Amino acid sequence: MRVIELLDGERARVEMGGVEKTVSLTLVDGVAAGDYVIVHVGFAITRLDAVEAKKTLALFAEIADRLNIDLKLESGDEVHQ
Amino acid sequence: MKYISEFRDRRAAQALSAVLATEANPAREYHLMEFCGGHTHAIFRYGVQDLLPPNVRLVHGPGCPVCVLPVSRLDLAIELAERHDVILCSYGDMLRVPGSRKRSLLKSRALGRDVRMVDSCTEALTIARAHPDKEIVFFAIGFETTTPPTAVAIREADRLGLANFSVYCNHVLTPSAIRSILDADDVRRLGLVRVDGFIGPSHVSTIIGSRPYEHFAREYRRPVVIAGFEPLDVLQAVRMLVRQLNEGRAEVENQFTRGVTREGNVKAQALVAEVFELRRLFEWRGLGPVPYSGLRIKKKYAAFDAETRFALVEKPVPENKACECGAIIRGVKKPTDCKIFGTACTPSNPIGSCMVSPEGACSAYYRYRRQLLDRRPAAEPATATG
Ligand code: SF4
Repeated sequence: MRVIELLDGERARVEMGGVEKTVSLTLVDGVAAGDYVIVHVGFAITRLDAVEAKKTLALFAEIADRLNIDLKLESGDEVHQ
Repeated sequence: MKYISEFRDRRAAQALSAVLATEANPAREYHLMEFCGGHTHAIFRYGVQDLLPPNVRLVHGPGCPVCVLPVSRLDLAIELAERHDVILCSYGDMLRVPGSRKRSLLKSRALGRDVRMVDSCTEALTIARAHPDKEIVFFAIGFETTTPPTAVAIREADRLGLANFSVYCNHVLTPSAIRSILDADDVRRLGLVRVDGFIGPSHVSTIIGSRPYEHFAREYRRPVVIAGFEPLDVLQAVRMLVRQLNEGRAEVENQFTRGVTREGNVKAQALVAEVFELRRLFEWRGLGPVPYSGLRIKKKYAAFDAETRFALVEKPVPENKACECGAIIRGVKKPTDCKIFGTACTPSNPIGSCMVSPEGACSAYYRYRRQLLDRRPAAEPATATG
């Protein structure tokens, strides 16, 4: 969930898919507005590492791209450069 | 939904599935246990098993917190709720789990007892402050992810000097449960369950880190891959496990690098260590008593321990004979092996705990696979609880 703003008492307002709620930040230090956090039973339990998320997604994209080319070749389609 | 919907992309799922099909060795079988109920739910909801080669099988483990709590422990919560001076606060799913003699917390509430559903233990603190004349008991269940919030609540109650708040602690530990599965006769001696590798839990691991799995990956020679909860995460974790098994490796790998580090959440770990200590033995539904697998509140915070405050004593309870939850939790049986699955036992009328939580194997089967697996007429349509 994305942190919208920090509130007093180690809390924050967070948002996901248009749904907002207030969560406790007691378990995670140094959270800032704009960060992504993973929330469980009303507590942020860790910050979501956006760089790592992008790396994982890039790996998926690579596999898909590689495979698409293979599939095209197999089905006899021409590959346009 | 950023960082969520991308991990559900159909095209990428097909690509991963195709790659897996080329990498899995058709001459062997791969039996992979997903430990966590969150994975069980995702696997059924997105039909992950259908994307795997037929020789890669997912075995569902005991990672649904509601499912593994023994009836005798639930009975004590129901007993507490019977007291007129008590307001019992609990996470939602627990309310519907059948206790002994057809009781449940939901029924207690219907009979006029003060049982409240909370989304967070901090709500229980708020209730305690609003009702100084009542005893507020928080019925704490769950794995390492839910434990730190409970620790925070106890510390907060201590700080505020809340004399009317206590916790009925049923928190359990993941690594000891995995070990107990591998030590069980079903796996070791009888060979009833085959587990070649584990899909490690994501949220639990954000707290404990990936390190606690290293010891048993080595000792039991089983690979562990910690995976996120989205379907692509699970698929990729399966692929990583297949690769390890092909190469004869048994290591801990982390697919969920966006949330899990080797060390985990050190702050949360310190809080848990401050408030809780290990119980020598804790009973699990399906697994029986597992050494050092449960937590209790330390002496220092004994004032907040509902077990001491109300002198709770467990009484042994026979399980419902028809219910196969125990065997299902161990991975020995499938929900469809149960004679009353989908007939007498449905999500709207659960007989066993595995049918209650959306993370339970019976509930997941009922919602997402019933049409494919079973032609028996269903008693009634599934209701959405999750
Ligand atoms: S279908 Fe119901 S009774 Fe049967 S094993 Fe599952 S929860 Fe128990």
